[in-house]
Amino acid sequence: MEYPKGMRYSREHEWVLVEDEAGAVIGISDFAQNELGDVVYVEAPAIGETISKDDPFGAVESVKAVSDLYAPVSGTVVEVNDALADTPELVNEDPYGEGWIIKVTMSDVSELEDLMTHEEYKEYCEGQPDDDDGGA
Amino acid sequence: MAKKAHGGELRRTPLHQRHNALGARMVDFAGWEMPVQYRGIQAEHAAVRSGAGLFDVSHMGELEVTGAGAARFCQRLTSNDVTRLRPSQAQYTLLLNERAGVIDDLVIFRLEEARYLLCVNASRADVDFKWLLDHAGDDVTVGNVSDAYALLALQGPAAAGVLQPLTAAELSALKPFHFVNGDVNGICCIISRTGYTGEDGFELYCAAGDGGTLWDALTAAGDVEPAGLGARDTLRLEKGYSLYGHELDENTTPLEAGLGWVAKLDKGPFVGSEALARKEPLTRRLVGLIMEEAGIARHGYPIWREGRAVGHVTSGTLSPTLGKAIALGYVVPEAAAPDTEVEVEIRRRRVRARIVRVPFVR
Repeated sequence: MEYPKGMRYSREHEWVLVEDEAGAVIGISDFAQNELGDVVYVEAPAIGETISKDDPFGAVESVKAVSDLYAPVSGTVVEVNDALADTPELVNEDPYGEGWIIKVTMSDVSELEDLMTHEEYKEYCEGQPDDDDGGA
Repeated sequence: MAKKAHGGELRRTPLHQRHNALGARMVDFAGWEMPVQYRGIQAEHAAVRSGAGLFDVSHMGELEVTGAGAARFCQRLTSNDVTRLRPSQAQYTLLLNERAGVIDDLVIFRLEEARYLLCVNASRADVDFKWLLDHAGDDVTVGNVSDAYALLALQGPAAAGVLQPLTAAELSALKPFHFVNGDVNGICCIISRTGYTGEDGFELYCAAGDGGTLWDALTAAGDVEPAGLGARDTLRLEKGYSLYGHELDENTTPLEAGLGWVAKLDKGPFVGSEALARKEPLTRRLVGLIMEEAGIARHGYPIWREGRAVGHVTSGTLSPTLGKAIALGYVVPEAAAPDTEVEVEIRRRRVRARIVRVPFVR
């Protein structure tokens, strides 16, 4: 399981990568895509819509289940990953790269402080109850 | 170790170590720790449609009815016509309550003249067992023999080719819904030409302790893809088969569920037959839906037509074969005709869908 440095992570398993002052990319973590299984559909907001921290802004569907996407930060959507319409499996194959979901202009960069570092997030995921501990 | 949401250990099948060794993702299914997928649902689904897949379905329950009154008892408790079964034959049937609500759907095997095996849903095994016990007279014995069996389902067009070299049983002579007792790689099995995928295939009942060895023999015998409950669900949905707890429950009648063909009113009285014979007009019918816009309908989502709520979705997925989202759901009879345009409410958005005949995939 990968937890790249330099990103911030939410308890709902979204990541945020700050690109410049207020610009940020949002996606779901390796842990999240692995839990979901084959992603077959990503529902993202339209460009210009606003998202609010901790509110649902879309959904990721696997064959088996649907999982809401929760905004890790507040902001305005400036770009949507159109490639996911035809190749949603990018979320599985490259969750931190080609599988990004939206880009936003953050309205309050201080919200980043509430998110976890990669080390904190790793501990959060691997220490979670109900997780498969390898069959011990 | 996986725990149930409400506490307590999950039950494990005799194949548990195999699943772990294969890196399966395990989930809680009806209190059992079961593999939902190994390599991925879509790959497993495709393997079953084009080749062969192997499922561990040992969680399913097995109830045995024996005794001089066994035939009469099964005829009274199940909705299909048990008198049509000779030993070596099986049939799909239902347990109904007095209101004709479905207690369970199952396959009944006539093992011997006066000995029947009922293969029931894991989630219903305890309820079914109690229901049968409560109705049993002195001339039958009902046993819950679920723990005695491991059950593997080898499914797909290549299944017979994989299985034949491992058994002396003549598989080409084994018709659908027939079974034989035979050895598979030296393991004593009930070899049944049945399944839940819509493909040709076999269900192999063996002693619980032999399950692992049987799994190993089958996976070594050819190109056999281990397949989990995820693929089992997409496979059955493409064929329009009902799943208990979704399309069927104690408040749903076989007529609503499109299962009138297994409720044989002409065979004589059975539990639920009086309610069915009243032929009350249906208030809803099970239909197939194909989504015409992006979005996947899921269990519980409302169905709308011309601004009116007409029903709800019971199961939905992306069909790996069609590449389209498909669903089953109940709607009022006026909205049940094929080609009726409806909308499914997906996260407060209404998405266009069309009523279609099942199966979705032939």
